[in-house]
Amino acid sequence: MKAYHFAVLAVLIVSPAAAQDEHVALKDGPGKDAVEVHCSVCHSLDYIPMNSKFLDRAKWDATIKKMSGPYGGGIAPEDAKQILNYLAANYAS
Amino acid sequence: MTTDHRAGIDRRRFLTRAGAGAATAFIAGPSLRTALADSDVPLTPGTPGGLASVARLEALPGKKPLIKLSYRPPNYETPLQYFNDVLTPNDAFFVRYHLANIPEVSAAEWRLKIAGDAVERPAEYDLAALKSSFEQVELVAVCQCSGNRRGLSVPHVQGVEWGYGAMGNARWRGVRLKDVLAKSGVKKEALEVWLNGAETPIVDTTPDFVKSIPVWKALDENTIIAFEMNGQPLPHYNGFPARLIVAGWTGTYWTKHITNVDVNTKALTNFWMAAAYRVPTGKFPLVDHFVSQENAASTPITEMVVNSLMTNVQDGQRIKSGRPMTVKGIAWDGGYGIQLVEVSTDSGKSWRPAELGQNLGRYSFRPWSYRFTPPRPGTHAVMAKATNRIGASQTFVLNFNPAGYHNNVVQLVNLVAA
Repeated sequence: MKAYHFAVLAVLIVSPAAAQDEHVALKDGPGKDAVEVHCSVCHSLDYIPMNSKFLDRAKWDATIKKMSGPYGGGIAPEDAKQILNYLAANYAS
Repeated sequence: MTTDHRAGIDRRRFLTRAGAGAATAFIAGPSLRTALADSDVPLTPGTPGGLASVARLEALPGKKPLIKLSYRPPNYETPLQYFNDVLTPNDAFFVRYHLANIPEVSAAEWRLKIAGDAVERPAEYDLAALKSSFEQVELVAVCQCSGNRRGLSVPHVQGVEWGYGAMGNARWRGVRLKDVLAKSGVKKEALEVWLNGAETPIVDTTPDFVKSIPVWKALDENTIIAFEMNGQPLPHYNGFPARLIVAGWTGTYWTKHITNVDVNTKALTNFWMAAAYRVPTGKFPLVDHFVSQENAASTPITEMVVNSLMTNVQDGQRIKSGRPMTVKGIAWDGGYGIQLVEVSTDSGKSWRPAELGQNLGRYSFRPWSYRFTPPRPGTHAVMAKATNRIGASQTFVLNFNPAGYHNNVVQLVNLVAA
């Protein structure tokens, strides 16, 4: 998390306009906070509705694992579970 | 959307792909714009339903309003209307990034480093030195994202859900990579040329976007380090001050803000080569093979497949029965050149050649046009199909692959004559 906070800060400093302009309203529901905290470190949240609704729970799980692993997100398992539950409930087929 | 099928090109399939809302709109007869009632964004029919809730027509600095798919990293696609011109305007040219730390590179401070274990003499150039040390050349070439039309994949696949517009055609001016490499001396053991640009990941655990091309492609006279696009410096969002042009190959190799060219004796094994931008081996009739990266299961994407696009008509558009009209479009491929474009106005039962327009070279969009007089009121299913000079043509059924690459399914546009 320490690295995340630093990264978010860096983004705000580097491009405040982009950070303000990229607001994406996700559906309300349990786990939304976890999504906003973790997913938005590396990318804007429009990626999520854009990829809906055609991924099932297993494919969202695979996507989270890809983001956490090969893409270097390093999401803790308990956070990943919250994110998965949220995406499965709100953006899955 | 999940009930989609692959029964060939017919009206039902298009309606199914476009979703229930579009189907209702079509039956009622209005235009595509109405079919996208929840959005004024000109999305390509068949893209995922969720895209409409986030896609916006928005202008990045220095750009016209383009179709915003994601803010960060910025992924913006070119609206269809701009493809009526054979050269895509710089300020309408699509934007595609993987990594979100994108520095505003200063021309004065920019440097290009030539290194690697397979060069005799590493070198470094500033922009003036690069321009003055080598012969400058111009080439018109299509830059197309590997994932262009991913959003039309059936079933849908995860990624940036591009419609028709993750591509553009420009007149690039620069120096040949082969000349730059010759000056540094390429050892005979050289295998790949590794490419890196100035953008970096947000977190340092994300793999930097480093790509490689085989040495033979790097030494192709149509692989260029470009610093001009349509007579102007490159826009920031298209790689200022210099990017690589790998004519014929998809955009993943066209490194923007290029800073490092390393000629190496080893294959690059990072995520972007070993896991991403690959297609199932043998799935596509491609000529160019990237042998040092190929395995039995998958192979790197290489040249673009032959493709075409109708540019002045949209699905559901109303036309006048008995009044002549011209259907316009473009065709392109991986650099063999377009031989033939055929158009059908009866759902593919019969085909006639279109008239080919201005030829700006074998790597360019080739404009075409087709005169058509709707013989009767009702729906006319118009299709276009391109064939290149090695006889490759477009497919009628999607050649599905997990990343949604190489979608060159023959387009079908229903024109409604009254």
